[in-house]
Amino acid sequence: MFFLRLLERFAIGWNRSRFHPIANARTGDAGSRGTSRPADSSRTGCALAGVSSALAAVLIAATAWAADLQTLVTNLTTGGFGDRETAIGALAASGDARAAPILEALGAGQLYVRKSDNAVVIGRPDGNQLALTDAITGKSAGAGNEAELDRVRVNNRLRGVIEAAVGSLTLMSPDPRVRRDAADSLFKRPDPAALTALDAAVAAEKDARIKAAFTEARAAVVLVSDATKQQKLEALEIVRERGNRDALSVLQAAINSASDPEIKAAATAAAASVRQTLAAWEAAQNVWYGISLGSVLLLAAIGLAITFGTMGVINMAHGEMVMLGAYTTFVVQDIIRTSAPHLFDASLVIALPLAFVVAGLVGIAIERGIIRFLYGRPLDTLLATWGLSLVLQQAVRSIFGPSNREVGAPSFMSGAFQVGQITVTYGRLWIVVFSLVVFAALILVLRKTPLGLYMRAVTQNRPMASTMGIRTPRVDALTFGLGSGIAGLAGVALSQIDNVSPNLGQGYIIDSFMVVVFGGVGNLFGTLVGATALGIVNKFLEPYAGAVLGKILVLVFIILFIQRRPRGLFALKGRSVE
Amino acid sequence: MKLGSILKTGMVAAGLLAGAAGSALAQGAPIKVGVLHSLSGTMAISETTLKDVMLMLIDEQNKKGGVLGRKLEAVVVDPASNWPLFAEKARELLQKEKVAAVFGCWTSVSRKSVLPVFEELNGILFYPVQYEGEESSRNVFYTGAAPNQQAIPAVDYLMANEKVQRWVLAGTDYVYPRTTNKILEAYLKQKGVKQEDIMINYTPFGHSDWQSIVAEIKKFGSAGKKTAVVSTINGDANVPFYKELGNAGIKAKDIPVVAFSVGEEELAGIDTKPLIGHLAAWNYFQSVKNPGNEAFIKAWQTFTKNPKRVTNDPMEAHVIGFAMWIEAVKKAGTTDPDKVIDAMIGITVPNLTGGYSAMMPNHHITKPVLIGEIQGNGQFDTVWQTPGLVVAEEWSPHLPDSKDLIADWRKPMNCGNFNVVTGKCGGKGK
Amino acid sequence: MITRFLWQGMGRNLRLGVLFVLAIGIILPLLNQLMPASSALYVPAWVLQLIGKYLSFASLALAVDLVWGFCGILTLGHAAFFALGGYCMGMYLMRQIGSRGQYGNPLLPDFMVFLNYKELPWFWHGFDQFWFAAIMIVAVPSLLALALGWFAFRSRVTGVYLSIITQAMTFALMLAFFRNDMGLGGNNGMTDFKDILGFSVQADSTRAALCFASALVLAIFLVIAGAVVGSRFGKALTAVRDAESRMRFLGYRVEGYKLFVFVLSAAMAGVAGALYVPQVGIINPSEFSPGNSIEAVLWVAVGGRGTLIGPVIGAVAVNFGKTWLTGALPEVWLFALGALFIAVTLFLPRGIVGLWAQIRNRDTARKAKVPA
Repeated sequence: MFFLRLLERFAIGWNRSRFHPIANARTGDAGSRGTSRPADSSRTGCALAGVSSALAAVLIAATAWAADLQTLVTNLTTGGFGDRETAIGALAASGDARAAPILEALGAGQLYVRKSDNAVVIGRPDGNQLALTDAITGKSAGAGNEAELDRVRVNNRLRGVIEAAVGSLTLMSPDPRVRRDAADSLFKRPDPAALTALDAAVAAEKDARIKAAFTEARAAVVLVSDATKQQKLEALEIVRERGNRDALSVLQAAINSASDPEIKAAATAAAASVRQTLAAWEAAQNVWYGISLGSVLLLAAIGLAITFGTMGVINMAHGEMVMLGAYTTFVVQDIIRTSAPHLFDASLVIALPLAFVVAGLVGIAIERGIIRFLYGRPLDTLLATWGLSLVLQQAVRSIFGPSNREVGAPSFMSGAFQVGQITVTYGRLWIVVFSLVVFAALILVLRKTPLGLYMRAVTQNRPMASTMGIRTPRVDALTFGLGSGIAGLAGVALSQIDNVSPNLGQGYIIDSFMVVVFGGVGNLFGTLVGATALGIVNKFLEPYAGAVLGKILVLVFIILFIQRRPRGLFALKGRSVE
Repeated sequence: MKLGSILKTGMVAAGLLAGAAGSALAQGAPIKVGVLHSLSGTMAISETTLKDVMLMLIDEQNKKGGVLGRKLEAVVVDPASNWPLFAEKARELLQKEKVAAVFGCWTSVSRKSVLPVFEELNGILFYPVQYEGEESSRNVFYTGAAPNQQAIPAVDYLMANEKVQRWVLAGTDYVYPRTTNKILEAYLKQKGVKQEDIMINYTPFGHSDWQSIVAEIKKFGSAGKKTAVVSTINGDANVPFYKELGNAGIKAKDIPVVAFSVGEEELAGIDTKPLIGHLAAWNYFQSVKNPGNEAFIKAWQTFTKNPKRVTNDPMEAHVIGFAMWIEAVKKAGTTDPDKVIDAMIGITVPNLTGGYSAMMPNHHITKPVLIGEIQGNGQFDTVWQTPGLVVAEEWSPHLPDSKDLIADWRKPMNCGNFNVVTGKCGGKGK
Repeated sequence: MITRFLWQGMGRNLRLGVLFVLAIGIILPLLNQLMPASSALYVPAWVLQLIGKYLSFASLALAVDLVWGFCGILTLGHAAFFALGGYCMGMYLMRQIGSRGQYGNPLLPDFMVFLNYKELPWFWHGFDQFWFAAIMIVAVPSLLALALGWFAFRSRVTGVYLSIITQAMTFALMLAFFRNDMGLGGNNGMTDFKDILGFSVQADSTRAALCFASALVLAIFLVIAGAVVGSRFGKALTAVRDAESRMRFLGYRVEGYKLFVFVLSAAMAGVAGALYVPQVGIINPSEFSPGNSIEAVLWVAVGGRGTLIGPVIGAVAVNFGKTWLTGALPEVWLFALGALFIAVTLFLPRGIVGLWAQIRNRDTARKAKVPA
């Protein structure tokens, strides 16, 4: 079997890379290396030394230039992008303590020129208006709206320049996070002029982690400066130890620009070592991606595992239940945005029960209105629910319009953190956690509650359950409502990673069926294992075969697998199957 | 029996309609304008807006008294994102409804599907979307951008301003990204970019799991050279792509993404704050300040009764195309397709970016190229603009098979694929 | 003699149906060809094209009904066979364009020229000959059905599982055909056809002939299907549908029956697809989309499963409705279509034909009551 052999190959490749020796011997006190050297006095003298705003001498100079701040700021707002770049350099070099907030505002697109009096102001959103502060005096300058103001435009390049400038201005910031960001941005954009400032910062820093970051940034700066060979070689070692993509990028740049063969060789060796480390992490990264994709599949499929798996209803409108959940999230966020913006971070938490109720109620309505006439005719449920999915899609299209709706990410779901060299985004992490919680809750409901007992009784033997006094129609409706409600919950999660559009559900329906059938109809654990397995297989195939071919291979694999095990991974045994 | 009777009534009705339309034409009855945009299915997300724009434009024109003393009447049909249905509906518009012109299509495949119909029935189609070029039909007017009116200036901008040396060409696997990337690849190599500094990646339609690809881009970008992504990813798949980029912490400062299919409408579905600084190249942005554009935005928001409704580039293309058609009909004094097609070339109308666009003999229009950066409010800030207007290269000079071809629909050449080397019409003409 | 045998083997309704289909296929094209355009009886060519499209859909519906209505195999992948037949035809038509393409390359179709193909991929060879394409139109879908059916029926994959794997098959094929690297035109597929068998596809006479061919093929399919289900073999098929295990216990080789009818049906779908392509003028991967297969099943359900005339009526009625509603009610037609599907499954489990029978039964019952 071609496919299995292929899998085997990848598995071996994966093992090999996993057990590759990982170079992570960390040399001690990296922080102190190279920093004890006294600052080069000739460089301190140059105007750019002003970036080290902490130096008292420069502060005195800055006061002397204070009158010029007006001119410097005005220069920011005139001319083209090229002139602006010069103006930014000049402002940063002025060393004025007020320069940093002005530059930050410029970078964030919040620096304006008021049309009425040509005053340069900083505008921060405040309701529908902008609260203005005078850029130079820092005093409040009333309020205004976009029409009365001209925004000072910046482009990507300028933003980079600003960040580097602000980076060296904020190396001494009291906020540790700002210092860390400053170190990072200097590492990514090493600027030889920042060397003195960095030296001072390293010396003054108390926090060991930030100190390490400063040292690394300093090393990156050393590599682009005209330092001695020995210094550069030491710097290479520090960068190599950092061992991530940014480090690789710095090393590559060093290889490209090095003129000295020894430095070039050292940089090449360092880059190779970093690459090896990264390759080992890559396999782990793929597993994580696979789990993450699997959790999305699980969420999409788990509701179906109930309606299809245990009730035998081929619910083609399942995807539309997911869509309803996503639109519920949109509506909740929309209301929160207009009436209670401070609750925004809680919007998903608020949306969860609502989405469950909305989708669940629609599910119950579907069961009462359509499905209950079709029990015993599972294939007919497919046809009716397909028609229903068309209607639901078009209804949503008529109500909300055909275009995508914006669903924002609350702050706890934005951004990412590092585990070793794997970037884990909070959004994905929460979705994995959420899918497991939903799964566990569902198992609990089915195993431990009376409703779960009734559900299992009815699906296993309807007449017997009925004779025992269970109101089977009610249980049917509730079961279907539960499955749909869970699909609604999935919609809340999926709104974070996909389009919220009328087509949302269609993208998941086929995958969901594949997962349920692959895992084994009627077995929730099968769905869990199936979703994770398909997710991981898909992610391991993707780098080799490409996204499209990878998906095709997975589908072919499922087709072949069903031939081998016609009832899926975990088949139900016993008489109830027939 | 039922089947037969339905068919017969259908046909008799159609026959009567055809007859009625023929006689009505002479009496100043409304001029029909076809609108062929998907209102359901996967493309409804983009195309419905264009239908609304057409309804608004026709409405406005009627308020001005129509054209040639006759009112205009929109005939809207739904080809439902189904390509054979596009051809069928095009035929219905031309043969049954006898429309004078059709404004429609979005995807390349829908245009390819209706093209033979328009050529056979001698209709007029205005196609408003940026596309891959490599085509020029006598019956089609391309009001969207050809690759040289969008992609190449964007690459030039990145090279000059962001000093980009390494390129990721990421696209959805269909003809527009394939062709555009081929043109770009040839262009970049011509500019001295090495093969190992170009990465090409294709994904399926509606791709939603971008983790691996984003990681790969990150990997490719850590080679010590400034890297940029040139994205020809199709509309719908962009939202999850950008979400993943934002979450993975790829900032525009590190690896800028320049997109050719992401406009204001697509951004309306995402929180753009993490995306500030990523770029798009278009021929129009809603944020362009000039009286014509402001009036259009206002009219549009009033028409849709939604003060937040955005405008985008393909809408502007329809505005230009419609204005050109009106001018051409006035010039020709009739809606007869042959006369209008001849009258179209050379028509110049104001565009919404403050200049004028002209219909060239290759049936494409001249356009300014704007590079914009995404802002926190879902709009673009123009950071660069071509000094003048760019004439479309319908046959790309960067591709070996099309570099000798030109299109010129003026007499006596009257040819869409004239080979300047052999001097014959009809491609290579071996 | 065989014809006579077949003719007598058919029921009255079926015979009427075949005659009616043939009549449509002969009279309408003739009206188009013989009547002057000004006449009230003139049938414009686009109507013929529409009818031709409906008739090829009807053939597809009949193919679906043969496996689902008579053998109980709910296939959600029949559009794949239809599309494969269509692709074979498309390849033939592409080869016929010759040097009339945009780039004027005598051998390579346009999309290959701009994807830098230097020579024709191996699987394109032979498609310049109609006889070869015609064989492929039947062979490719049949072989795929044979392979899938062979494995699936032998491992006793039934019911929903079978539906899902057929769906997976068509979905995988769709993704595969979307890839430009397949050498089959990617998302754009194939279009801008010029000639078929030396006649221009845009000529009215060709359209008339294609419409006639679609009717003829449908009529032949009806006769074949009638013969199959009317035979002893057909009785066994119905028995497999109703009680598969019992048939197995009785010693029938169930998988053989299923396989035969599945392959036959796939071949029919392939031919239907081949007729569809020159009439709509484009073939592209979206024909593989799972939604299309489900829709084909719905035509059968609307018309009446387990009857031979039902799927024909269903396919024509639903598609006529679609043509009409997408023009008349472009904004809301999906509501109508969706509601129709729900209503039919709920209230007309036996489809339009079933409704007809119901009414007639009621009539006869009433008539029977009156004298009493």
